[in-house]
Amino acid sequence: MSEHTIDGIIEKYRGQPGSLIHALVEIQHQNHWLPREVMQKVADALQVPFAQVMQIASFYKAFSLTPKGRHEVHVCTGMTCHLRGAAKLRAKVEELTGLKDGETDTDSRFTYQTGACLGSCSIGPELIVNGKHYGRMTPEKIEDVLKQYE
Amino acid sequence: MTDIVLTIDGKEVKAKAGMTVLQAAQQEGIHIPTLCHHEKLEAFGGCRLCMVEVESRGWTSYVVSCVYPVAKDIVVRTRSEKVDKIRKVLVEELMAHAPDAPELIKLAEEYGADRNRFERDASFCIVCGLCVRYCNEVKQKNAVGFIDNGARREISFIPEVARKECWDCQECFTICPTSYAQAAYLLSEALAFPGQRKKIKAEKPLQPKSRVIPIMPAPVTT
Ligand code: SF4
Ligand code: FES
Ligand code: FES
Repeated sequence: MSEHTIDGIIEKYRGQPGSLIHALVEIQHQNHWLPREVMQKVADALQVPFAQVMQIASFYKAFSLTPKGRHEVHVCTGMTCHLRGAAKLRAKVEELTGLKDGETDTDSRFTYQTGACLGSCSIGPELIVNGKHYGRMTPEKIEDVLKQYE
Repeated sequence: MTDIVLTIDGKEVKAKAGMTVLQAAQQEGIHIPTLCHHEKLEAFGGCRLCMVEVESRGWTSYVVSCVYPVAKDIVVRTRSEKVDKIRKVLVEELMAHAPDAPELIKLAEEYGADRNRFERDASFCIVCGLCVRYCNEVKQKNAVGFIDNGARREISFIPEVARKECWDCQECFTICPTSYAQAAYLLSEALAFPGQRKKIKAEKPLQPKSRVIPIMPAPVTT
């Protein structure tokens, strides 16, 4: 995402230490991760010590301090999905992508993450790619789904 | 403002509104053990060691005295079988991280804590936050901060700030109950600005009197 957009977000909150989380959420949303230089810019503009920006950014799982792949793959490990076979989905995704929970592959294609109850238990077990829910997933179907994302 | 009267360990104690139970006890010379409390810093309530028993309108509860405000007619007991048990377990848990910290060794003796009860995870930091809060609240330099959360929470020096500020301060080294603040600083120095120490020493040969505490060899215990 362009530097321009990030700067725009930062400008909007200049001088407002109380808006730290808002600024970080917006940058995370646009840029998919928070580079250190960007956090330093946020610290300077919002007049928050850098250590506090780091503290917030590393505290919440919603923020990523490392680059993300082009596509975000989530497997739900919530109770319902678990009972409906999420472990098998995880094993298959891990086998196909070669990634462990939280990792991104070297060509930045996928970032794989598990999460607990992603809010659609009725269609579990589910696989979510870039926010799109694939319900009633089986390990056999996963390969075809992932193929659609280059 | 009228004083609030409460009872601590059978003694009638007067305190001002807004004071914590810990402050009320301390002003009467009643000792409550603390690890994350520092009089110059805002109350933190992190270590839970200052837990006391409070009886109020017939109800007994266990509260963290460094953040619990005094109230009229409450009865506080700074030691009881249950309070001692709580402190013992807390010390045992902390000793999994910092088995040789002098303050913990003393507390372990007093409360009969077994330093080997929990599997070792020698992170050396007990996350009392004294270094972080002191740097923020007293020195206002924010050279050290918390990162991550829950069980993975740790302290971390910010190299960009540390290289400028820490050499002439080093005050958190002496506040830290485990010497980890010093170790963490030296590690960031080695990684991010190695050799700076030599340069500073060459430039200001007499100054500064270094406050680096020699790290004691760990007592060999089983
Ligand atoms: S480094 Fe020391 S002072 Fe800082 S949080 Fe850890 S134990 Fe406390
Ligand atoms: S458990 Fe997976 S969506 Fe609720
Ligand atoms: S001294 Fe009260 S919680 Fe640490």
